Amino acid sequence: MNRQSSLSRRDPPLRSGFFTRFRLSWAIWFLVGVHAVVVLAGFIAPYSFETQEREHPFAPPTRLHFVDCAGKFHFRPFVYVTKAAENALDQYQQDCSQPAGIEFFPKGDRYTILGTFSSTRHLFGVPAPTNLFLMGTDGFGRDQFSRLLYGGQVSLFAGFVAAAFSAFTGLLLGGIAGMYGGRVDDVAMRFAEIFITIPWFYLLIAVRAFLPLQISPVTAFLLVVSVIGIVGWSRPARLVRGVILSARERNFVLAARGFGASNAYLLRRHLMPLTFRVLLTQMAVLIPQFILAEVILSFLGLGIGEPFPSWGNMLAQAQQYHVLVSYWWMLLPGLAPVPVFLAYHSLAETLQERIKSNF
Amino acid sequence: MRLRRLLFLYAALLPLLAGLQAIAQEDLLRTTSEPGIRGGKLVIAQRSEPRTLNPILTVDQNSLGVLGRMMGDLIHINRATQKSEPALAKSWTVSKDGTVFTLKLRRGIRFSDGQPFDADDVLFTFKVYLDEQVHSLQHDLLVISGKSVKVEKLDVYSVRFTFPSPYSAAERVFDGLAILPRHLLEKDYQAGKIGQDWPLNTPPAQIAGLGAFRLKQVIPGDRIVLERNPYYWKVDAKGQRLPYLDELTFVVVPTQDAQVIRFQAGDSQIISSLSADNYAALEAEQKARHFKLYDAGPGLEYNFLLFNLNDDLEGRLPEIARKQKWFRDVRFRQAISAAIDRAGIVRLVYRNRAAALATHVSPGNRAWFNSAIPVPIRSLPHARELLTAAGFSWKSDNTLVDPTGQPVEFSIVVSSSNAQRNQIATLVQADLKALGIGAHVVPVEGRSASDRVLNTHDYEAVVMGLVSGDADPTPDMNVLLSNGQTHLWHMDEKTPATPWEAELDQLMAKQLGTINYQQRKKIYDRVQEILAQQLPMIYLASPNILVGAQENLGNFHPAIIEQYTFWNADELFWHPPAGKQ
Repeated sequence: MNRQSSLSRRDPPLRSGFFTRFRLSWAIWFLVGVHAVVVLAGFIAPYSFETQEREHPFAPPTRLHFVDCAGKFHFRPFVYVTKAAENALDQYQQDCSQPAGIEFFPKGDRYTILGTFSSTRHLFGVPAPTNLFLMGTDGFGRDQFSRLLYGGQVSLFAGFVAAAFSAFTGLLLGGIAGMYGGRVDDVAMRFAEIFITIPWFYLLIAVRAFLPLQISPVTAFLLVVSVIGIVGWSRPARLVRGVILSARERNFVLAARGFGASNAYLLRRHLMPLTFRVLLTQMAVLIPQFILAEVILSFLGLGIGEPFPSWGNMLAQAQQYHVLVSYWWMLLPGLAPVPVFLAYHSLAETLQERIKSNF
Repeated sequence: MRLRRLLFLYAALLPLLAGLQAIAQEDLLRTTSEPGIRGGKLVIAQRSEPRTLNPILTVDQNSLGVLGRMMGDLIHINRATQKSEPALAKSWTVSKDGTVFTLKLRRGIRFSDGQPFDADDVLFTFKVYLDEQVHSLQHDLLVISGKSVKVEKLDVYSVRFTFPSPYSAAERVFDGLAILPRHLLEKDYQAGKIGQDWPLNTPPAQIAGLGAFRLKQVIPGDRIVLERNPYYWKVDAKGQRLPYLDELTFVVVPTQDAQVIRFQAGDSQIISSLSADNYAALEAEQKARHFKLYDAGPGLEYNFLLFNLNDDLEGRLPEIARKQKWFRDVRFRQAISAAIDRAGIVRLVYRNRAAALATHVSPGNRAWFNSAIPVPIRSLPHARELLTAAGFSWKSDNTLVDPTGQPVEFSIVVSSSNAQRNQIATLVQADLKALGIGAHVVPVEGRSASDRVLNTHDYEAVVMGLVSGDADPTPDMNVLLSNGQTHLWHMDEKTPATPWEAELDQLMAKQLGTINYQQRKKIYDRVQEILAQQLPMIYLASPNILVGAQENLGNFHPAIIEQYTFWNADELFWHPPAGKQ
């Protein structure tokens, strides 16, 4: 390799370097922020994901007011009590005589963060009997905003866990295939090709159908995520294999071998670290794909079960004609993955550019 | 010359005279509905097409919808009045002991291919239905207490039916039993091939019936087109031969949402079985799109939560067998029932267009509904009392545990394609959580859900529904009798497993042989009391029958017994201007 030319490629022009760094940093910070929000969903959401306000099915997003019915301005935003009209269950009227200001850190439904910290304090809310449905409610009167945040836990972490699973499996098998070569490489890669050709969607339907009824929805969901992850290992494995194949002939590797290093040592100490950038990029590509896989499965009723929300099963209600034509807010969960995917895409592109510039 | 003119006139008038004479000789039924106008076509959407046009093999409602327009029966149930009335049998007498029915058939009636109808066709029909080698789906209807109904021809237009014992629903048995054309099917019957006759691709000329319409065209997977039967045996008050419509088309539209869209667009002019949500979505558009929606009140469908009480699970499904100790305790079932918010189900799932249920009989079944049984109101304190009495208790985190300390949790299977039942299951899950019960909803494919309940018994609880075929109690026997084919909570039960099931068996057998309505009603009231107390099924709600039709469709009278919207297709007509095609 031409050292001079490789050096010159490490110093891209100042403008594109800044742009790349900006893109990388906004993507990272955005994703960190989104994940932090969904981890803290219990605190940020005004309600639990399963709280049903049965008097408010398909309620539209609550209107925030600064000016009351008498025309007076208030600095603190407030809402009015809404009641369903007598003859139409999904038509609501505001009661101007019952305003309620937005409160911060009120007490509400109990929640747990990361399975350890438990509390009833929420970031914001309103006192009963008023309700604060920032994104309206579904057919059971469940707050869509709260469910969107909780649903993000399922959708985002499904993608993350499945991608991590894929990457780990790919690293292991691709590393072994690249290191040992020969028959081991042949068998591993043929195996990978089989997995590439498996129609993952039908496999997931079959797996889901065979799961016993008695397992909890969370367990069933984790199993499905594992299957998504297992099915997706082959592409990272091929990438890792390629890196290992080219790196194992490098001088430092040969030198280490000359000093008596075993294959396992070489893999662990010298070769696998070279794959981390590639794997990181691959994960940035896989995560949104697996998030989408989870959303699709849940949309079709094959993902996590009621009452646990995910972006997919929230969107599934919009399949019904009356929901599609009457309740526009039920489509909002479909928009949630968009900025997340854009951020991951931006991250993946930036990482790929960086890798290219370093080679 | 003059003679020649007279002869010519006579020759010209002869066919007309013959026709008039034929009509005069025909024993036509004169209807009392509003006289209509001839002409026009009607398109009806159905979820699926019939798999066959052979009445012997047909039992699903979509198939009966089509075949019922092509075939005639001896005595017919008027869906509006829910009472039986003459059809091909113009009158009948019943012996004092209620076992012998002597039917007088209409004279001069012809099949849709012009061939005459008489007692031989009736005899042939019931011979086929009762033949065990044929395995007709109508066979069980004609076997009472293990003995077949006897059918005899008295003369060309008289037939006698002798039931082995007094049978309260005898008249209603005839409804939907299509009279088969002997001239077309006898040969294949004798060759043992009648079960293969009349598949969907049969040329129309080879099919004949006594219904208002006859087959014109089948486009598999798309539509079945029926045309007017020129020999139909009904006339209106003005003497016009029915039906009014020239064509009746059934199109295949698999989902209800797609049916709604096609109805809005005018591709179909009738929509049956609207969900409450779609009804609400369409309500605002009635005037603009010139259709009218109808709420016919609670139908005969009943939705329920069912626990697995089968006794063949030990060793095979030990986890479910363990939980059956809870399910079998009536106090547990009563507690579950007390915890369920039926008013919430009616409100949220059906938008108040349903009736909460205490038993399987809905208020829409005016003749048999026991109004003395109150619908359970949600009461968590009462539910807790019942569970405490049954030995259950609660941990500090409100989790319900059984007497052995095991947390009470179970799965609720529901058909993934039925949105309303999925919603019901979700509401039940939330209601049971308030009691500390961990129920999780498991949507499975519809046939898989049915298979688990009917065959494998691999389920813990299920939310499902049934539709009674008739307002009369008789169709429910299969569900309520211990050895019934759809005794869902305990399939394949040879003898009653509990005293109350034994009482149910006795009462259902007794009502079957009781002719007097008041006495029968008393017996059936007691049946409903037992069901409300013992709760083998926890009855939830019965949805209203919600339908729609183009506003200029005349004689449109929706009913709560199938077919809700076109049970009187022979009387439907278009007020001018004619329906859109």
